[in-house]
Amino acid sequence: MNRSLDDERVWEALASVKDPEIPVLSIVDMKIVSRVRASGTAVEVEITPTFAGCPALALMKDEIRKVLTEMGFTDVSVETNFTAPWSTDLLEPDAREKLRSFGIAPPPRPVQIDLGRALAEPVACPYCASAATHLESAFGATLCKQIFYCDACRQSFERFKPL
Amino acid sequence: MTTPTIESLLLAMADDELVLGHRNAEWTGHSPILEEDIAFSNIAQDEIGHALIWYTAYEKLAGRSPDQMAFERPWNEFTCARFVTYPKGDFAYTVVRQFFFDVAEEVRLRSFLASSSEVLRSSAAKILKEEAYHRLHTQGLVERLGDATEESRRRMQAGVTAAYAQALGLFEALPDEAVLVAGGVMTPNIELARSWIEAVAPVLRSVSLTPPVALTADAGGRRKKHLPDLEQLVTDLQSVYRLVPGGAW
Repeated sequence: MNRSLDDERVWEALASVKDPEIPVLSIVDMKIVSRVRASGTAVEVEITPTFAGCPALALMKDEIRKVLTEMGFTDVSVETNFTAPWSTDLLEPDAREKLRSFGIAPPPRPVQIDLGRALAEPVACPYCASAATHLESAFGATLCKQIFYCDACRQSFERFKPL
Repeated sequence: MTTPTIESLLLAMADDELVLGHRNAEWTGHSPILEEDIAFSNIAQDEIGHALIWYTAYEKLAGRSPDQMAFERPWNEFTCARFVTYPKGDFAYTVVRQFFFDVAEEVRLRSFLASSSEVLRSSAAKILKEEAYHRLHTQGLVERLGDATEESRRRMQAGVTAAYAQALGLFEALPDEAVLVAGGVMTPNIELARSWIEAVAPVLRSVSLTPPVALTADAGGRRKKHLPDLEQLVTDLQSVYRLVPGGAW
């Protein structure tokens, strides 16, 4: 991918915008930002939502506009691409580690090959690393998470849904 | 290739998703157990997200925004199937209806993967991934509640009896369907209905739930022939927006 210096500055700035539902990861870590094109005082950003119904989307768009306006861009466009695919397979190892240290079990990979198998794999507790865990609720506090329970350290924890 | 008629297909699917999403959201705070409250609230949010995907695709062709379509359109302009408009009813009915819808979506979206329309192919691929979680959950509930106790059996059977013919209404032919089929955009609804019947049958049979014998598809929705249930729902859905039309909150 060819990135101009202007584009690079924008990518760096966007790395300060957090996913409000997972505040340890930025929207760049989450691979929500899918395209940046800066030219003079104009900038276009394309975002690809994780789950289509994610209610944090509007908030993230506002935050992107704010950050880029503060950088001096006067013409900021933020477009949502609903047709580009997004998958938890896109998350890099360091993003997965940040999730785990925040208490959210990262998704297994690669999901794209077989979701059924990914869901059947044991989930390690993000606190004590035990594999003696079970699914408590297939749905959680946000669209992208499920609730698990660790039978070893007796804590419930969240797991990022493989997608 | 896009033809003007694809707009009616996009809108029918968007309306189905939005209205069923709204019905499921009526369980938020009212479900029999906490886990199901969370599940149906999540499913509702997902379906409304899918409505946004289809309304956004519609906007690119027709110029009217998702908010305009959801909040400014009169209820009798919606083209959802009647199936999604019925009140949430007994929780067992909701479970059966959502399971029937999940299978219907799976059948329809899978058929889109081979569509001549790029927007249908890519949107279907995205939505199918989220939908897998819905079906996993609702089919699991049908299998557990279908033969758990005398009471759960009775209520689930009542749900199947009520929702089956309604679900077939999801496959009512669109007014311009022949053009879309000829253009390779979609598979005829009648074929999708057959696939749906074949897909739900083994699940129902596994817990001895039986579809009604004599039935006619509960059609009309795609031709805007709706029941007062939709008027009540749309009035409710649009009430806040209509306080300050176009206002930013």
